[in-house]
Amino acid sequence: MEKSGSADSLGSKRSSSRQPSVDSLTSTNTTRSDRSAHLRSAVSPDAASARTDLGAEVLKESSRIAEGELQLLPRESVQDTASDVTYICPFLGAIRGSLTVTNYRLFFKCLDKDPAFVLDLPVGVISRVEKIGAISAQGEVSFGLVCKDIRNLRFAHRYQEGSLKKSIFELVNKFAFPVSNALRMFAFEYGQPFPENGWKVYDPLAEYKRQGLPNESWRITKANEHYDVCETYPATLVVPANIPDEELKRVAAFRAKGRIPVLSWIHPETQATVTRCSQPMVGVNGKRSKEDEKHLQAIMDANAQSHKLFIFDARPPVNAAANKMKGGGFESEDAYQNAELVFLDIHNIHVMRESLRKLKEVVYPNIEESHWLSNLESTHWLEHIKLILAGALRIADKVESGKTSVVVHCSDGWDRTAQLSSLAMLMLDGFYRTLRGFQVLVEKEWLSFGHRFQLRIGHGDRNHTDADRSPVFLQFIDCVWQMTRQFPAAFEFNEFFLITILDHLYSCLFGTFLCNSEQQRLEEDLPKRTVSLWSYINSQHEEFTNPLYVDYANHVLYPVVSMRHLELWVGYYIRWNPRMRPQEPLHQHYRELLAKRAELQRKVEELQREVAGRVAVAPPEKAGSPAGSPVQTCV
Amino acid sequence: MFSLGSNGGKYTKPSFVSYVNPEKGNDALQEKNPVFLPGEVVFCSASPVLKCTHDDLLEGSIMGTLFCTNFRISFVSDQVLLEDVVQPFRNRLYGENDIPLTCVDQIYGDYDEKRKLITNTQMKNKHPNGIIVHCKDLRVFQFSLKLAKEEAAKKIFQGIVRHSLEPKSLRCIFAFSYCENIAGAPETQNKPRTLMFENIVDWMEEMKRTKGNCKLLEINKDFTISQKLPQFFFIPTNVLEKDLAAYQGKGVPIWCWSHHSGCALFKTASLPLVQEESFLRAQKLYMERMLNAVAHNYLYAVKAVDLSETLPSIQDIQQSYSRFKQNFLIDNIGEFWISDMKWFSTLETTRWLSIIRQCLHKAVEVVEYLEKENTNILLIEDGGTDLSCVISSLVQLMLDPHYRTLTGFQSLVQKEWVVGGHNFLERCNHLNNKDKESPVFLLFLECVWQLLQQHSLAFQFSETYLTVLSDSISVAIFSTFIFSSPYQRVSSMKTESQTHGSLLNIPSVWDWSLQFDCKSQEFLFNPLYREKSKQEKTRNKNQRPKPIRQLSLPNATPPKKYFFKEETESLRKMLRGTRISRWMHLSDSAQASVWEFYNAWQQKPLDYHGLLLPDLDGPAIRLWMQRYLRWIPEVQIFGGGDITLVNKITSLSQELEELRMELEQQVRQADPRCKSTETVNKSTIRMSCFFPFASCRSGSFKPAIPTSHCDGEMDMGHLAEREDEDTELTDNSVIRGCAD
Repeated sequence: MEKSGSADSLGSKRSSSRQPSVDSLTSTNTTRSDRSAHLRSAVSPDAASARTDLGAEVLKESSRIAEGELQLLPRESVQDTASDVTYICPFLGAIRGSLTVTNYRLFFKCLDKDPAFVLDLPVGVISRVEKIGAISAQGEVSFGLVCKDIRNLRFAHRYQEGSLKKSIFELVNKFAFPVSNALRMFAFEYGQPFPENGWKVYDPLAEYKRQGLPNESWRITKANEHYDVCETYPATLVVPANIPDEELKRVAAFRAKGRIPVLSWIHPETQATVTRCSQPMVGVNGKRSKEDEKHLQAIMDANAQSHKLFIFDARPPVNAAANKMKGGGFESEDAYQNAELVFLDIHNIHVMRESLRKLKEVVYPNIEESHWLSNLESTHWLEHIKLILAGALRIADKVESGKTSVVVHCSDGWDRTAQLSSLAMLMLDGFYRTLRGFQVLVEKEWLSFGHRFQLRIGHGDRNHTDADRSPVFLQFIDCVWQMTRQFPAAFEFNEFFLITILDHLYSCLFGTFLCNSEQQRLEEDLPKRTVSLWSYINSQHEEFTNPLYVDYANHVLYPVVSMRHLELWVGYYIRWNPRMRPQEPLHQHYRELLAKRAELQRKVEELQREVAGRVAVAPPEKAGSPAGSPVQTCV
Repeated sequence: MFSLGSNGGKYTKPSFVSYVNPEKGNDALQEKNPVFLPGEVVFCSASPVLKCTHDDLLEGSIMGTLFCTNFRISFVSDQVLLEDVVQPFRNRLYGENDIPLTCVDQIYGDYDEKRKLITNTQMKNKHPNGIIVHCKDLRVFQFSLKLAKEEAAKKIFQGIVRHSLEPKSLRCIFAFSYCENIAGAPETQNKPRTLMFENIVDWMEEMKRTKGNCKLLEINKDFTISQKLPQFFFIPTNVLEKDLAAYQGKGVPIWCWSHHSGCALFKTASLPLVQEESFLRAQKLYMERMLNAVAHNYLYAVKAVDLSETLPSIQDIQQSYSRFKQNFLIDNIGEFWISDMKWFSTLETTRWLSIIRQCLHKAVEVVEYLEKENTNILLIEDGGTDLSCVISSLVQLMLDPHYRTLTGFQSLVQKEWVVGGHNFLERCNHLNNKDKESPVFLLFLECVWQLLQQHSLAFQFSETYLTVLSDSISVAIFSTFIFSSPYQRVSSMKTESQTHGSLLNIPSVWDWSLQFDCKSQEFLFNPLYREKSKQEKTRNKNQRPKPIRQLSLPNATPPKKYFFKEETESLRKMLRGTRISRWMHLSDSAQASVWEFYNAWQQKPLDYHGLLLPDLDGPAIRLWMQRYLRWIPEVQIFGGGDITLVNKITSLSQELEELRMELEQQVRQADPRCKSTETVNKSTIRMSCFFPFASCRSGSFKPAIPTSHCDGEMDMGHLAEREDEDTELTDNSVIRGCAD
């Protein structure tokens, strides 16, 4: 019951709901699967899950009818329905149907077609609603919806100017941008209880303990408990043992936004560490800070294996130098002896935003096949992915092969730094490649260390031209996907998991990606007032599990970062194109084999039990169990 | 590596029991010779020669001896390699340091740091300090001749150039010396066997299998009608025998395959170009008669598809490929990383992938005629033995699951290519007369690979099989790839046998035991292949002649439940049967029709034993990574790649098999743990993603870190200079505070 504590409190808050009652939280297996199935069908009403939901024989017929019907989430309410809307599909042409807007989603359906055509998306993914052109001769108005998930939707509907009733797209405009309209985000309404509370997935102390911290060289400090050393950092930090808290504040004065060098990861054997921070405030005059220099020295000294420290500055050198004009800059090798500075040439958030915009042009709605490769290249998207992965690879290599500690920073240390540190950790530590480990990684390196999700995504904010928006987190997930492509058996989670994370990055259904920092999340009381995405995911983890996974806990993964091996993530960027067949046959095949094996193993065991009476037999077959034999899967 | 005597006890298993001394243990004193094949003689050798390597474990170079024989260029190392490389897949005919002479693509000479392409006319010049050999199987060798004696260096250089670059006669091809020295290989009568189509029986069997009704001709048994046509072939029943010789066999519709509906696929060479009116008229009448005869085959419907008009020419293919392959012949790591930045556009400008797409597209077009319209097809092409072979075999591969089995595929290659008269000798340029070279057969294999990677469960043979087959083209030991036509094969073997005094037989490439031992041959099979279950077989039999794929297998893979996927899902469903020429900006109606055909097919549940179509979209046509990237150390993913998937599925299938056997036996007899000990020592080894080609790595290794990238080339415009994060402005106070 402790696990579902917050779900409990959410449950009690629910006013009107047709969800399972609170007492079902004493979760048995059946209620759990019921509930998860329910959520699935509610969020994505498709035939298969609707049927599992309404398991009873009698209901089978009605579920068939309900196919294509809107199924509301708890506390989701229909705002309006317009019946004469045309969806101008880039693949099929005009489809007439009805459009429903709720406080969570936009739901278009056309029942004339067989099978019914349904378009169902959370309004959170909409970044812009625009009226296109004037009213046509038929009295129709066109609206375009630009979405954050690489698609544009176009609608037309009858609408009389001056009529009392507002256009339904005004409503879309209202609910898609709750922040701009002083409304509450749907995440604060949604109270779906889950058997597990995802907000408890990440416990910093437990995670540092897993890494063997504190130890003689590193201590855990509560200096930032009230977020006054650095408001964008988490409350719990790991710093060199010989740097007292008072000194941290002086170091903070020399680092942009007070983001001091702190430990992200420590190598279990060599004690080489990955530490992260923001740029030093060197400025044009080449300012120095004794405390900062001492701090970095302490980081280096904490690792007895090496008398060197690598500082990875994620930026191109030109940009790093230009930052001096603004008071920032990079560490000079005079001031930081034994430190070697390496620039990783990763571009800024504006370049990345532009690159994604170009990519969208190339992949949506149609692909020009004769120039596909050069068009793809001209977006530079994969080039950026390559540079990020290459940077992370160099970091991982220095830590693993060079046994050297590294410091990673960019300007503020919350975009590129988060990408680099988390990817390097993914390469170095098999724990982060598990379903839960990955959640910890995201919670730790991205959420707790203050990647500005609210600003970068612009949740519920009308201002789509905001220069702070940038697909930094998307790039990270893309990099992870590239790694899963290269090491198909090294990750416990599957592609669906990554896509689900990205879908809910925008949906505003869960509280996970709201706000900009740990401090803000606590102020907003998100763990109490919203549901975590991990609650949902961990309640039906089978769906997100890679059947081919083998635990290579001790394997460092070095992806190949050549363009020869990088490819566009078709399953995400081109998934709206109906021509793209989901590439699942191999996994499906594998699942079938696993099922067959389980069945045969059972039979064998039965037989063995029979035989056991007669002959002295060795214990039941071990060679077959996948977990017990990494041998089988030598890589 | 087997051939290196110096390698000592490690791989002592002799490959040819009767010819090879095991040479155990005494490697240090042993005179270093390659292990020669029967009929192989050394022309010259030089020592010491350095072989340069990029392998970080070998630190730059290995000392050894370079040989040039009538079969290969061979480097034999002086050192016993300490590295613990596991090589599970070795070729019995040549090792990793051997280059068959016919496999040499280009040789560059290193003249005081200047690199020059060596042509056979240049060889009289000063010999270079080193040579760089680019191979047709994409390997690159660098040998330094600096340490060898002047005379020896000169000799080996000239020897290599003469024997691998100079024009030569057919008789000089190693296969001839080889076959004189091997006992006639016992016919291995495996079942099912590969049909060679060298006798009537095979042709009859094929016709029976496809249930066609054409007329078998034996009239060309002694090549009296045409030296370009097979000895035996089928024609439409309505073709008059007097017409056969009218244009030396050109224009005669040769049967390829019959669709279950009754319509069939034919191919022919186009008639010679003439100017004079009367000849033209005669030709026209003749072709009309031929088309009529084809039409009579089934329902009076016929469609002539002229491939010369719509597909790239033989020269285009050659040019495109020579640009394409250049990108994989890497001898400088720096260049590799520089070229990496422009990789996609570089690939595109070679147009190789686009040619593959064109061929597949054309094949789908023909498939549509046969499958949907049940129209007889006559493929017409200038010589009738290049692109018509590509298209006709692709069509058959898509329509007939039999050809997706290993022996079925080999029979197809025999029927359409070997007996069908593809001029391997000239297209592969075995005799170094460059002008007619063109990788047409490779292009076909590329297309097959695209199908294979898109539908990996539908093929009994593996990617490795295709790669190995493509390598075998340039080994020049197999009768399959060294003749220009069946006529040449029959006549030269007759002459050879007469001079030799006994019946000679050059082995076929399909005798895989020549190249690989049993264990290695397993890699040629695709562990993912789904054999047709007995149920399905009987079901299909009963329900003929309806198209197969509509009947079997309900949708085994339910669409993945993505959160917002419904749009796509319902779109997919709706696309069924609707005409959507607005789909893409389609240029012509043929293309629109192909799209529509593909879309309609895609909506149906996939049947791996029915019609199989390729996805032709931009992202779907891919680079054959195993073939082209396998030798480049920088792109080896150790412990990853699709091979991990395949291996997992293989081991799982094996387990299943064992469990099944156990169940059958009721009582366990074999101790299953014996199995696992066998694999234990592999647990620390990381396989390359190009397994089984590249070696594996054990223990630690360094990742490949890009050495350079030209960020000047990445034009980010004003955005790049923009301040990193605008948010900094909000915190100006902090900055000012620090700067003061």
